[in-house]
Amino acid sequence: MTDRPNDHSLEKYRRMQRIRTFESEAEAIHAAGEIPGALHTYSGQEGSGVGCCMALRTDDYMVGTHRSHGHPIAKGAALRPLMAELLGKATGVCKGKGGSMHLSDFSVGSLGETSIVGSGVPVAAGAALGSKLQGVDRVTLCFFGDGATNEGAFHEGMNLAAIWKLPVVFVCENNGYAVSTPASVTVPVKDVAERAKAYGMPAVIVDGQDVDAVEAVVADAVLRARTGGGPTLVETKTYRYGEHAVNMGRILLDRGSELDEWRQRDPITLYRAKLIAQGVEAATLDAIEQEVVTEVADALEFARQSPYPDVTEAFDDVFVDRLPIPDYINS
Amino acid sequence: MAKATYLDAIRLAQQEEMMRDNRVFIMGEDIVCNVFGTTTGFVELFGTERVRDTPISENGFMGAGAGAAMVGMRPIIDTTLSSFLYPAMDQIISIIAKSRYIYGGQAQLPLVIRSCMFYGNSNAAQHSDRPYPMFMNMPGLKIIAPSTAYDMKGLLKAAIRENDPVMCFEDSTCWTSKDELPDAPDFIIPLGKGDIKREGSDVSIIGVAGAVQLALKAAKQLAAQGISAEVVDPRTLAPLDMPLILQSVRKTGRAIIVDPAHQVCSAASEISATIVEQAFDALRAPVLRVTTAQTHMPFSPLIEKSLYPTVDRIMAAAHKLVTGRPAVDA
Ligand SMILES: Cc1ncc(C[n+]2csc(CCOP(=O)(O)OP(=O)(O)O)c2C)c(N)n1
Ligand SMILES: [Mg+2]
Repeated sequence: MTDRPNDHSLEKYRRMQRIRTFESEAEAIHAAGEIPGALHTYSGQEGSGVGCCMALRTDDYMVGTHRSHGHPIAKGAALRPLMAELLGKATGVCKGKGGSMHLSDFSVGSLGETSIVGSGVPVAAGAALGSKLQGVDRVTLCFFGDGATNEGAFHEGMNLAAIWKLPVVFVCENNGYAVSTPASVTVPVKDVAERAKAYGMPAVIVDGQDVDAVEAVVADAVLRARTGGGPTLVETKTYRYGEHAVNMGRILLDRGSELDEWRQRDPITLYRAKLIAQGVEAATLDAIEQEVVTEVADALEFARQSPYPDVTEAFDDVFVDRLPIPDYINS
Repeated sequence: MAKATYLDAIRLAQQEEMMRDNRVFIMGEDIVCNVFGTTTGFVELFGTERVRDTPISENGFMGAGAGAAMVGMRPIIDTTLSSFLYPAMDQIISIIAKSRYIYGGQAQLPLVIRSCMFYGNSNAAQHSDRPYPMFMNMPGLKIIAPSTAYDMKGLLKAAIRENDPVMCFEDSTCWTSKDELPDAPDFIIPLGKGDIKREGSDVSIIGVAGAVQLALKAAKQLAAQGISAEVVDPRTLAPLDMPLILQSVRKTGRAIIVDPAHQVCSAASEISATIVEQAFDALRAPVLRVTTAQTHMPFSPLIEKSLYPTVDRIMAAAHKLVTGRPAVDA
């Protein structure tokens, strides 16, 4: 958003690097069998998540999706509990009960990363309603994919936010696909952003590979939301490099040259070049990368050293009070 | 203390809790106009920010209730009829029931989902549901089904103060029943505590929601025929007060569970199975269920009414268990 690089710019670079490095490490150990289940990687979409979150205050809320690794890191979450969660450990951010689709750190304003497609949209509207009723100026940002915009929950949540002028920023991270299905096949309008018209809601399309551009449009939308102007739909055009999810059957798409073309516009590479052109020393950026590598290694070491949850943990957090533990457990 | 109806009890419970705690607000369809009389005068008292009309978007406003609760509000979500819970299943199950768990206790969802079971009035199959068993099958939801005005007031006030999500199933067959209602601001009935509505020694009749009133009528007539029936009202369906139910069954040695829901996997089925598992030694006869047949509710009044539990069916079940003979016609 600014032309002169500053700490804020370097922080954007750091957070994008954190996501990329965190995930490449996670993929490696997943392949080695250290992470159970599937991994829904965010690699390629870092400009979108970081641009959005860097336009928020720390106390602003965020709701996300099954593709959950990038959002908390973009919002500033610590890496240790995130990595421990992927490994299913007791020290995980969700105590080992969420995993890859639910990396949600409430201490940085997250209100969940939900894996039922579209289900976060009404929740975000409700959080914004809560802030409005409380008379506080916190904004809620809601991430979802192109596929989610075909869910009823999306339309109901958008409508509620519009009629009640709620302080929400809806962000459709349009990576072109829902699993294997191209958005062009399921979305009858050219851009998802057009759907905002039905709700009298302003909408803006932005290049999701340009972190500064994303931050700029989201900052406008956040300001509008914070000052009583109601919701905005932002569509970030982006791309995921990986398959829909690693280890979720063989859903390999033949994406032709598309993947290479998008890699040419990698958000981290582009931003690095921009910062250097603006006068940042390459050594400064290299140092950030090194620090991030160390941080991720530390998070992995922490996760590996952490214990698995006790089986009794399965009965905690269903309600405020722990459930009675049936006899067959531990017997 | 004044006599008040079941509907008054709902209104008073909400009003008192909204006065007490400004984090409590209510939303739903036609709340401002107030169709059933459970929000009479609320707009004047609390304004349209806290008494919100919603669009016909049950899934949307259910999720909005969840989001508002996560940021510290305490919503009451009025879904009008229980049949309208179905479009909101996504948010009730995947968000409301599961968020605290999935995020390892980071999320708190203090909210109440109210809905009325509007059956027995020729509203046909899509408007006559008693769907609490579906929700009993889902961890993470507390469920109340009060049968009297007194219980309604105490349980609904407790539900609004709970830090877990609570579903309140309101039985329209109880709407006009009246009780003296305590007006102490902190009168609450804790969730999970059942109530012996009538003491007896020959058979335990466990009634669910409106069936408690049927069970009481049956018990009265059975007494005249020499059968002493105890009527147990669990009041809360999740968690169930099984210790109280088992205590009663151990005393009488016989159990009938009367439940207006469809029979398969009903509350009656769960209670029945637990009695058999845990008090088999005390049973002198099989456990019987008096429920609604596993068919849809038809429009035409006579055939609709013949499908639900009735006083006669309860009496017949009691006679079968206690005397081994069919009920004598009075
Ligand atoms: C309600 C629901 N239906 C189907 C799925 C299976 N599913 C998981 S992710 C996904 C695609 C979502 O696409 P999109 O919203 O574009 O997000 P992306 O995966 O591209 O980030 C599907 C169909 C689901 N999780 N939830
Ligand atoms: Mg997509």
